[in-house]
Amino acid sequence: MGSYVPSTDKERQQMLNAIGLGSFSELYKDVPGEMYLSDGLNLPAGMSELEVRRKISAMADKNTVFKTILRGAGAYDHVIPSIVSYIPAKEEFLTAYTPYQAEMSQGILQSIFEYQTMMCELTGMDVSNASVYDGATAAAEAVAMCRDRKRTVTLISGASHPDTIQTVKTYCYGKNSELKIVPVKDGKTDIDALKKMLTDDVAGVYIQQPNFFGLFENAEEIGEALHTAGAAYIMGCNPVALGIMKTPRECGADIAVGEAQPLGLPLGFGGPYLGYMTSTDKYMRKLPGRIVGETVDARGNKAYVLSLQAREQHIRREKASSNICSNEALCAFTAGLYLSVMGAKGLADVATQSMSKAHYLAAQLCKLPGVSLKFSGGFFHEFVTVIPKADEVLSALESNGILGGLNIDGDILWCATEKVSKAELDKAVSIVKEVLA
Amino acid sequence: MKLVFEKSISGRGCSILPACDVETVSLPANLSRGEPPVLPEMAEVDISRHYTELCGNVHGVNSGFYPLGSCTMKYNPRIDEEMAALPGFTSVHPLAPSDTVKGCKEVFDTAKKYLLEIFGMDDCTFQPTAGAHGEFTGVMLIKKYHESRGDADKRTKIIVPDSAHGTNPATASMCGYTVVNVPSASDGCVDLEALKEVLGEDTAGLMLTNPNTVGIFDKNILEITRLVHEAGGLCYYDGANLNAIMGIVRPGDMGFDCIHSNLHKTFATPHGGGGPGAGVVGCKDFLAKFLPKSALMDGEDALQVRSFSGNFLVVVKALAYIMTLGKEGIAEAAQNAVLNANYLMSRIKGTFKPAFDRICMHEFVLDLSRYKEETGVSALDVAKTLIDYGMHPPTMYFPLIVHEALMLEPTETESKENLDKAAEVFRKLYKLGFDNPEYMKAAPHHAQTARPDEVQAARNPVLRWSKND
Amino acid sequence: MNFPKELKYSKDHEWVKTEGETAIIGISDFAQDALGDIVFVNLPEAGDEVVAGEVFGDLESVKAVSDMLSPVSGTVAAVNEELADTPEILNNDPYGAWIIKVEGITDIEDLMDADAYAEFCKED
Repeated sequence: MGSYVPSTDKERQQMLNAIGLGSFSELYKDVPGEMYLSDGLNLPAGMSELEVRRKISAMADKNTVFKTILRGAGAYDHVIPSIVSYIPAKEEFLTAYTPYQAEMSQGILQSIFEYQTMMCELTGMDVSNASVYDGATAAAEAVAMCRDRKRTVTLISGASHPDTIQTVKTYCYGKNSELKIVPVKDGKTDIDALKKMLTDDVAGVYIQQPNFFGLFENAEEIGEALHTAGAAYIMGCNPVALGIMKTPRECGADIAVGEAQPLGLPLGFGGPYLGYMTSTDKYMRKLPGRIVGETVDARGNKAYVLSLQAREQHIRREKASSNICSNEALCAFTAGLYLSVMGAKGLADVATQSMSKAHYLAAQLCKLPGVSLKFSGGFFHEFVTVIPKADEVLSALESNGILGGLNIDGDILWCATEKVSKAELDKAVSIVKEVLA
Repeated sequence: MKLVFEKSISGRGCSILPACDVETVSLPANLSRGEPPVLPEMAEVDISRHYTELCGNVHGVNSGFYPLGSCTMKYNPRIDEEMAALPGFTSVHPLAPSDTVKGCKEVFDTAKKYLLEIFGMDDCTFQPTAGAHGEFTGVMLIKKYHESRGDADKRTKIIVPDSAHGTNPATASMCGYTVVNVPSASDGCVDLEALKEVLGEDTAGLMLTNPNTVGIFDKNILEITRLVHEAGGLCYYDGANLNAIMGIVRPGDMGFDCIHSNLHKTFATPHGGGGPGAGVVGCKDFLAKFLPKSALMDGEDALQVRSFSGNFLVVVKALAYIMTLGKEGIAEAAQNAVLNANYLMSRIKGTFKPAFDRICMHEFVLDLSRYKEETGVSALDVAKTLIDYGMHPPTMYFPLIVHEALMLEPTETESKENLDKAAEVFRKLYKLGFDNPEYMKAAPHHAQTARPDEVQAARNPVLRWSKND
Repeated sequence: MNFPKELKYSKDHEWVKTEGETAIIGISDFAQDALGDIVFVNLPEAGDEVVAGEVFGDLESVKAVSDMLSPVSGTVAAVNEELADTPEILNNDPYGAWIIKVEGITDIEDLMDADAYAEFCKED
């Protein structure tokens, strides 16, 4: 049996004696006898570290590790610099709790303050929180920020990630507030339809940029329409794209959110990921979750603290608009580190290379018989092709160690990042070519 | 410590990517950002030293005693980290074909089997990402259940004890419910008469943690869950305190219908300075059909509380932990957590006063109200002085039903000599409050910073660095 | 503790000053002292309806939040915009720093005079 309890049997007995008890069972005298697990749990016996390593490594070995990944759809395979995977494993940071005691948590607090600054820089916004669970919950939390007594309805573009739509739907259902989905036209938010839906009870509108199909939305035009109608504008943006793309602030957004997994976090079969949230000053006190602020200490030196806490559940209880407590601090730390390593130039390079490779892949695929772009608009690093025999294409790629795009009702949503080389793309295209020949 | 931005030198950087090997495609001007973001420009060595410096100004479980009540700051085994870092897990795309992710599925299935046995539940979801997120998921199951019976309009209230964590009422409110607070009895447990008074046809459910937030196992638990069920409501188990009882007694056997468990507390995955966690939600069979799904992965119009399947890599760590401990080790951990709490309480007794002077579970609460009257030294002052002794302070001013509260949870991974040392510090501080209260009111004296001015921080928020400052 | 004679007080620790058809509302010295350093005030907007005994805004200190209950029913004619940037004036000058002005008053709670309120605070 493995154990992390340091006390020896002798010490345990000494401790029991010290509190005037003879056995462990006396500690649980309040537990009604009929529910006491007298035979213990039906679990296997504990194991040594080596046995655990063998068993779990064997599980990992059952997964296929693809050399080339051409699939995105909300989880992106970018290069993770070596130092980015190394530093977050440092033990003090890894094993600390939320920095409630500022006097012994300046390292965490400062890292969050730096992360907040970076996210504000990427999005053009004034304030950022310390993170939420992922991009989908960030969207749901942003929606809750916009509602007030007069405006209760939320609109979400049908060109958003399906998991984001469903998560927002669940949160709105919880709060008994209405959610309407804006139709999609040629792969993008149908702006004419959106304008008609902008009644005076609309609180906020969520638009994803680039959208689920990889296309750039006419984000500024949407912003103008929303502000005319008095609705708040939430943009869900890929943070890598923000290395080069017009910021949500420049597009007129009030709140920017998104999935920051592309900033140095591994695919990890879906998590931990990182939801970021930033906003204009106007929404500062409605932002959910932890926020770190700069102040001075009793000696007049600069210090960081968890600030604006009166927004949060531990003070506001049932009147709080969010219940968030734990967040994704270590992931935010990792994203901050990633952005320090890449810098503005490096991030722009990641964005441009990803976009360039996606365009190269699209051009090569579209030379094949029966393959064409499904939508006409400009795209970032993802695109949808109409393609014959989508399933066969994907399994042929799979058997060659390539994870192809995602099959969406017979079409394929492809993604390319800076991580894939031209040679890998050429190989993938040649495999597709064989299937379609 | 300088900010990373203040260490930035124009022209520095790291070499990570090769030149682009395809034709470069640029964004058209109407889609391009006006100015590049201001991000640090640093050499790798500068970055390494900066983040090492930040890590040096942090107190983790590995730095010393961390008796932060209700947070279960137990030791986080390294093997768990090593397993979660296996490329066979980290490099798996959440939307990869099912025949290529058999290992991930085995992790989920195995963790599920073990956790359901520990919970006494029938099914679960790994989608929730933290405790509060699990609460939201659990109460949404309750909401779906009442809706499925045509009872949604009638059952509008969630009952929460006044000793509850703030997330409970906030959660109920997020799920569209009115919160009914029930007062605790003088022993800190649910007041049965008060509970009976608020139960009725409008009851949707009860949110409860057992052991409760004052560290006492509510011996009336079967009666409590029976009463709620009789009124037509469901019982939600907040698993924040599961570490006291795992392997000893199961929430499912106490009569609870659904539960969340913080894998980052009970199952030893690290807190990472605030997260990521994992808040697995278990339930009885009749609620299983409402469990959340992923629209993209499962193609179903079901509840969904985040993208994909949740914090998978955290689940890997928790699985490694459960496999290591196994049948006996799980109960052993709980027993020693309870033993350590009682031992520490007994060693402090005679100085600071326990709020409830009796056998506790994995944590206990000190009531410093009389001490404050006598010395002028508050719970906050004691907490801040503890920092000078290299110890993380206990949870302060919680639960709300105890004034001047300090809540201590030593966990099972502290040795007897560490508890003796900690008790010695508490005893010393008790005396110091009478001898030199002003010293404690100004503490800490040897920490990274003195007490920060929180009023200034909130009145004039500075929430980011700016280039022009 | 200072309770000016010319004002009326509610049991929720607001003061009320009537000027013609307008009620001016603030918080008492007792209230600001109990709350401690006020860091933010959530205010209604001009034109909003307020109802006697119901919440019209809240006050935040660092570690607490406290609802403000309106002693009158009517329409908010003005809010004190200064509070947005300098909430500390509520601590420094609770009777100079009014919070809202209400017009079109349809209902007023039973209010106390300064002496009765001073007694009430002793018991509270």
